[in-house]
Amino acid sequence: MTETVNPAEVPQFPSARAARCPFDPPPVLHALQEQGPLAKVRVWDGTTPWLVTRYEEQRALLADPRVSADVTRPGYPRSAPVLSKDGSAISFILMDDPEHARLRRMVQAPFTVRRVETLRPAVQKIVDGLIDDMLAGPNPVDLVEAFALPVPSLVICELLGVPYADHEFFQDNSKILIRRDADPEERAAAFARLVEYLDDLVGRKLDHPGEDLLSRLAERIKAGELTRQEAARMGVLLLVAGHETTANMIALGTLALLEHPDQLDLLRRTDDPKLIAGAVEELLRYLNITHSGRRRVALEDIEIAGQVIRAGDGLILANDIGNRDPEAFPDPDRLDLRRDARRHVAFGFGVHQCLGQPLARMELQVAYGTLYRRVPTLRLATELERIPFKHDGQVYGVYELPVAW
Amino acid sequence: MKIVIDQDRCIASGQCVTAVGEVFDQRDEDGVVVLLDPTPPAELASAVRQAAAVCPALAIRVEE
Ligand code: HEM
Ligand code: SF4
Repeated sequence: MTETVNPAEVPQFPSARAARCPFDPPPVLHALQEQGPLAKVRVWDGTTPWLVTRYEEQRALLADPRVSADVTRPGYPRSAPVLSKDGSAISFILMDDPEHARLRRMVQAPFTVRRVETLRPAVQKIVDGLIDDMLAGPNPVDLVEAFALPVPSLVICELLGVPYADHEFFQDNSKILIRRDADPEERAAAFARLVEYLDDLVGRKLDHPGEDLLSRLAERIKAGELTRQEAARMGVLLLVAGHETTANMIALGTLALLEHPDQLDLLRRTDDPKLIAGAVEELLRYLNITHSGRRRVALEDIEIAGQVIRAGDGLILANDIGNRDPEAFPDPDRLDLRRDARRHVAFGFGVHQCLGQPLARMELQVAYGTLYRRVPTLRLATELERIPFKHDGQVYGVYELPVAW
Repeated sequence: MKIVIDQDRCIASGQCVTAVGEVFDQRDEDGVVVLLDPTPPAELASAVRQAAAVCPALAIRVEE
């Protein structure tokens, strides 16, 4: 028996946040979570996938081998129209094992916890240098341009072997790529430009290898283990995921802290690595910037929470509301830098959990752990109501953050 | 406490190393988990349980 759902009768996803609560998930998600772990929602193309709202069910489904991330399967709830002409996945983030594991393992080495730790002094230097420049420059300034974007962009460029001089090119195209309401052709064109750019770079690494990750991929191409297209697309994934997410966490996190002065004060007064690390986990949980949900499709019938998800049903696991589940985090809507938030699902769960998480954590620890101590008078240079939020992005954040000191 | 890991399931998230670096490490070449100490001392027990709870691949089992 298949139940029929009238699309007009189920809530739309994504839906708007409440005007005065820019840090909270949309109210309709709170309401759906209260009603139960699963609900049907209507998405942009008129289809009605399941929306999974509770923490335990999200973790269970994301770790379930009967659940697929393969974007090419019928029923997969795409977050926006297709990017590539043939509809194929941008890279392993939208593939299943064994292909997913084959590609992910090729780029894993620089992202281990210990390798990332060796980069900490270099990241500290980048952060200090940017703060020096900021303090010597105009006041007020846009923190996104002056600090939030350059920190992760400089780091991922170094790691991949992408010239930072090209940052305007790849930042502008990334911005278009992750806007879910951008014109589909415009998004596809931005994707094509990025692939072409990375393909060109990979070509150069084939002739002149260096110490970077793209050079390691070039070696794999020579060894016949990887196609050039796979390498270029993996490069796009790493470049985009490597700077957009962390940049949004830095800027939105700063705004959230400025709006919670008692919490900001904790960071201003400490150099305790444990407190700073805990604060990063709590900000990841509280802000959960990947607010379009994890997207999956069921491969088999799955019984969960008294419901049956049918094979071929689309699933959206809304980790933003999962991280606000009162069963998992008491008083979940409160930003509390001292709580133990390490179980959050801001990096996802299951085999696709964020590859770059050790790097993101370290960058955020250095950024949050330095900026407010060195600029203790940092304040918003406009009203909260005038801040342009990325409601339309696949990744949430602010387009601009005017600050003064 | 005794720890059992499943390297085939591990996706190299590094969560266990972040939780308790005295007990877990990652292989240099592909980040797969390495167990440094299968029977860690009692004072690390809660950190080890934390590691098992956050492992996204369900690759860490703790036998009490
Ligand atoms: C605070 C910053 C970040 C956040 C919140 C974040 C969040 C996420 C989330 C939620 C996923 C899971 C996707 C899914 O399940 O469908 C993911 C995957 C991924 N992230 Fe991140 N990320 C961050 C930083 C980074 C960085 C710095 C990199 C560096 C290259 C990166 C690279 C990736 C890659 C390659 C994947 C795909 C993993 C896979 O499919 O196996 N991310 N990220
Ligand atoms: S937490 Fe799990 S998946 Fe991550 S490195 Fe450790 S064993 Fe592997």
